[in-house]
Amino acid sequence: MGELSIVSILIASILTQNVIFARFLGTCPYLGVSKSLSTAFGMSAAVVFVMTLCTAITYPVYHLLLVPLQMEYMQTISFILVIAALVQVVEIVMKKTARGLYNALGIFLPLITTNCAVLGVALLNITEGLDFVQSLAFTVGIAVGFGLALSIFAGIREQLAVRHIPKVMQGAPIGLITAGILALAFMGFAGL
Amino acid sequence: MSGIAEVTKGLWKENPTFRLLLGMCPTLATTTACDSAVGMGASAMFVLVASNVAVSALRNVIPDRMRLPCFIVLIATFVTIVDLCLNAFFHDIHKALGIFIPLIVVNCIILGRAEAFASKRGVWDSFLDGVGMGLGFTVGLLCLATIREVLGNGTWFGLPVTPEGYQILVFALPPGAFITLGFLIGAMNHVEERRKANG
Repeated sequence: MGELSIVSILIASILTQNVIFARFLGTCPYLGVSKSLSTAFGMSAAVVFVMTLCTAITYPVYHLLLVPLQMEYMQTISFILVIAALVQVVEIVMKKTARGLYNALGIFLPLITTNCAVLGVALLNITEGLDFVQSLAFTVGIAVGFGLALSIFAGIREQLAVRHIPKVMQGAPIGLITAGILALAFMGFAGL
Repeated sequence: MSGIAEVTKGLWKENPTFRLLLGMCPTLATTTACDSAVGMGASAMFVLVASNVAVSALRNVIPDRMRLPCFIVLIATFVTIVDLCLNAFFHDIHKALGIFIPLIVVNCIILGRAEAFASKRGVWDSFLDGVGMGLGFTVGLLCLATIREVLGNGTWFGLPVTPEGYQILVFALPPGAFITLGFLIGAMNHVEERRKANG
C-alpha cells in the first residue's frame, strides 16, 4: 500500500469517520472527563499512548496466535485481557521510570480499560482487514480524533458552565445536544 | 427489598440509560432502527442476567483483589456465546449490530452491576436485578429508536408510519442520536422534578 492510502486513512479516521461523532465509540469518557480542558488533554494523551500500544499487541496476537490455532472466536476474551493487562503494565512501568508522565496521565489509565474505543479499534482493525501499518495509522487517527473531539467539547463545556441553562437540561442533556451539533459540523467533512 | 421492587427500579428510578447514563455507546449507535435496538437490548439483558448470576454464585470463591479480571472473563465468555448465537440464528441483526456485540464486554452497565450489586448479594436478588436493569436498558433503547426511526425513516419496526417525503433525515444520522437522547433525558429530569415538587 502506498503513502497516499496512509494519509487517506488518517484523514478518514480523524475527521470524516470521527470515533465519537460517527462511530459512537468512547462516549462515556467523552461525557465523563470533559469538564475542563486540562483533564481533556491528559485523557487524550493517555488514549493515544495506550491505543497505539494496544493495536501493536492485539494485531500480532490475532494473526500469529489465534488464526493459526483457529480460535478466532476467542478474540473478544483475549483482546480484553490484553488491554486490561497492558494498562496495568503501562501504569507500573510509567510509575517507576517516568514520574512526570505518570503524574500527568496516571489517573486516566484505569479508566481506559473500560473505554470501549480501545477494544473497538482493536476489533475494527480485524474486521476491516487492514494490514499492520494501516492498522497503526488507523489507530493513531482514531486516537487523535478522540482527542480532538474531547478537547473541542471540553472547551465548549467550560463556557456552558457559566451560562444560564434551564435546570432540567443542565449537565448531561445539554452536553448531548452540544455533541449533536458538533456531530452535525463534523458531517461537513464527509465531502473530503 | 421485595422481588418486584428489585425489577422495577431498573425501569424508572435507576434506569441505566436515562438516569445512570451508563452504556452510552450502544445506546447511541444501535438505535437507528427499532429491531436492532431490541436485538441490542436483548443481548445485553442476557449477558447482564447471566453475569449477575455467575458473579453472585462465585462471589465467595473469587478473591477480592482478583475480582475485576475474573468478572471481565466471565462477562466476555457470555458475550462470546451471544455473539456466536446471534451470528448463527439472527444473522441480519448480527450484521446490523456489528462491532457493538463484542463491545458489550466493556458496557459499563454490566461490569457496574457485577461490582456494585451481584458481588454482594444473593443469586436470586442478582437475577432479578439483572432482569430489571436489562429491561430498563431495552426500554430505553426502544424509546430512543422509536423516535429516531419514525422521524428519520418514517417507519416503525419497518412498518411505514409517515407518508413519503416527510422524513427528517438527520434523526437517522449520528447527530440525531445525540440530540434525541439529550432531549429525552431533559424530559425525564423534568418529570422527576415535578414528582418531587408534588411530594
